[in-house]
Amino acid sequence: MTASVEIDALLDDPGTRVVVCCGSGGVGKTTTAAALAVRAAERGRKTVVLTIDPARRLAQALGLRELGNVPRQVDVEGFEPAGELSAMMLDMRRTFDDMVLAHAGEQRAKEVLANPFYKTISTSFSGTQEYMAMEKLGQLAAEGQWDLIIVDTPPSRSALDFLDAPQRMSTALDGRMIRLLSGPGRAGGWGLRKIVGGTVSLFAKAVSTIVGGQLLADASAFVQAFDSMFGGFKARAAKTYELLRSSGTAFLVVAAPEPDALREASYFVERLNKESMPVRGLVVNRTHPVLATLPAVRALAAADELDKAGDAPLASAVLRLHADRMAVADRERRLVARFTRAHPGVAVCKVPAMPTDVHDLSGLQDIGERLADGV
Amino acid sequence: MDIYAELVTTPVAGWPAARARLHVVTGKGGTGKTTVAAALALALATGGKRVLLIEVEGRQGIAQLFDTQPLPYEETRIASAPGGGEVKALHVDAEEALLEYLSMFYNLGFAGRTLRRLGAIEFATTLAPGLRDVLLTGKVKETVGRTDDKGRHVYDAVILDAPPTGRIVKFLDVTRAMADLAKVGPIKGQSDGVVRLLHSQDTAVHLVTLLEEMPVRETLEAVAELDAADLRPGALIVNRVRPPRLPARSVNRAADGRVDASRVRTGLQTAGLDLDEATLEGLVAETVEHAVRVQAENSAREMLEESDLASLELPELTDGIDLAGLYELAEALLDQGVR
Repeated sequence: MTASVEIDALLDDPGTRVVVCCGSGGVGKTTTAAALAVRAAERGRKTVVLTIDPARRLAQALGLRELGNVPRQVDVEGFEPAGELSAMMLDMRRTFDDMVLAHAGEQRAKEVLANPFYKTISTSFSGTQEYMAMEKLGQLAAEGQWDLIIVDTPPSRSALDFLDAPQRMSTALDGRMIRLLSGPGRAGGWGLRKIVGGTVSLFAKAVSTIVGGQLLADASAFVQAFDSMFGGFKARAAKTYELLRSSGTAFLVVAAPEPDALREASYFVERLNKESMPVRGLVVNRTHPVLATLPAVRALAAADELDKAGDAPLASAVLRLHADRMAVADRERRLVARFTRAHPGVAVCKVPAMPTDVHDLSGLQDIGERLADGV
Repeated sequence: MDIYAELVTTPVAGWPAARARLHVVTGKGGTGKTTVAAALALALATGGKRVLLIEVEGRQGIAQLFDTQPLPYEETRIASAPGGGEVKALHVDAEEALLEYLSMFYNLGFAGRTLRRLGAIEFATTLAPGLRDVLLTGKVKETVGRTDDKGRHVYDAVILDAPPTGRIVKFLDVTRAMADLAKVGPIKGQSDGVVRLLHSQDTAVHLVTLLEEMPVRETLEAVAELDAADLRPGALIVNRVRPPRLPARSVNRAADGRVDASRVRTGLQTAGLDLDEATLEGLVAETVEHAVRVQAENSAREMLEESDLASLELPELTDGIDLAGLYELAEALLDQGVR
């Protein structure tokens, strides 16, 4: 038997400062993060939840109508938590703008923000969303205004992009490549120059044919302006990385009881362990526990008998849907057991499915309840 | 295969994509689009056809589904279909595709590897994010158009396991991506052909959904976006449909919590089941949840009907998806007119 996650103990512990919900897309990460935040606030914590791309109705449930990029106190009728709850949606572009403004002189910042290539990087570079989510987490933590920060993570294509994004972006924006493209002679040592010089000038030609000379020029100007801020960015990312590894942080890996989602969850756990990041447990959303102790075989035999006589359609239906449910529950149990065999040390919290979609605060409260009861 | 007749409760409007040679399969994350794409590939290969199943997201979902080694950037046979057909699979990687393009126009030789090690290729796709999509769709187009020495198409159909609904139009709208790129050169020439293919009757974009509110909403939004971009929505494929068990007339009452427990008890007793109170309560609670779900599924179906697209349904396989399950789903598609 694996340990349960003990959500309430986690949320009540004043030592818990950051809870990160990660997992593959479509498993209910955002809902889990929101439900945890509601529960934490009701249990007395001064809480802020950072959501990435919430469904419209979930955002409405938190009273969020637009991207604000700053936390706003959740003001919903009938919600009077013992603590406090603020919520925000991440605005990637504005977070990036703020970061530039914080690290560059006014003139430099202006140049960067006006560069056409900056628009590309700040909105479409794969990994920008992950990077900005972590940057925002760093900001919220630095403000020190909340005693618990709950973070939702983007639905990354590959496990833990948010850990790799700052590094990937530094690599991509490193001036070295631009210098290689614009004048290979100045980059690298003599040996490297000799080996790759020809290749690179060929490549430079190919790249400018493909992406166009103007884009390359914009990129070059951007990278030059960017160079001065780079140290600041890196230091910042390193600080957030340390925050993630600290004992006040708890990672909850969220999954659905499906093979793909649980496979992803395994990768996440392995990667987090490798980075020495504190995994608190696995949340398996939308499970279907059996509510009645009647073996499926008996239920089906009885249903067959009733159908033959044809006089108790309701009872027969009840028996068949119970047998269906047992089959589903059995499958879910096997899938979770497979995960647990691979990661025996990871506590598991199963959250029974709500019969319908959640779109208000009381729905989130229900889920919080289920999270707390989940074993 | 009568089980499908029992499961499929809406009238099937037939397969709208019989003319298409490129089948793009998209869907919200978690709806099973890779599974559906694979089943569609098997279905279309049935009866001696040659089909290529392509993945572009780098997830190696196809290899996992067919329980094979990770796919290389190379067309690999992964399954045979009833009647002598075969399915090959290809994992398209943007970097490989870029090197392939460059080597068509420039003699890069082994220098390609050096460029990759330097991160130059990632850099190029970073400079122009649209480039990645142009490269991926360009490779797809090449496989659709490829002919053998007798001038016949090498593949009877190509199935693309595409990015999810949230990104599908951006991915397929090559014209817009090209706006960022150079107006001349090899990629430009290629992309014009891609645009023609994607906007022609040879291409159908199928949307996989579940009978749940969120995926259905997202599906309808994607249909509107596809229409606006002049791309052709093909069929809606409703995945993981579970059989409704309650008589239709009881659903609404049961969903309101009105399950006649004493009638259930009497019925069970007729069948020789004398259950304790707790078990009976549990059964009633399960029945209410089931009814609420069926109600939600019914309204999801009604929403889907607004789209006026043909709709196919695939049953949920309780044992999960394995190779046998894929063939079962392929058969379900064939039974509903896929060809």
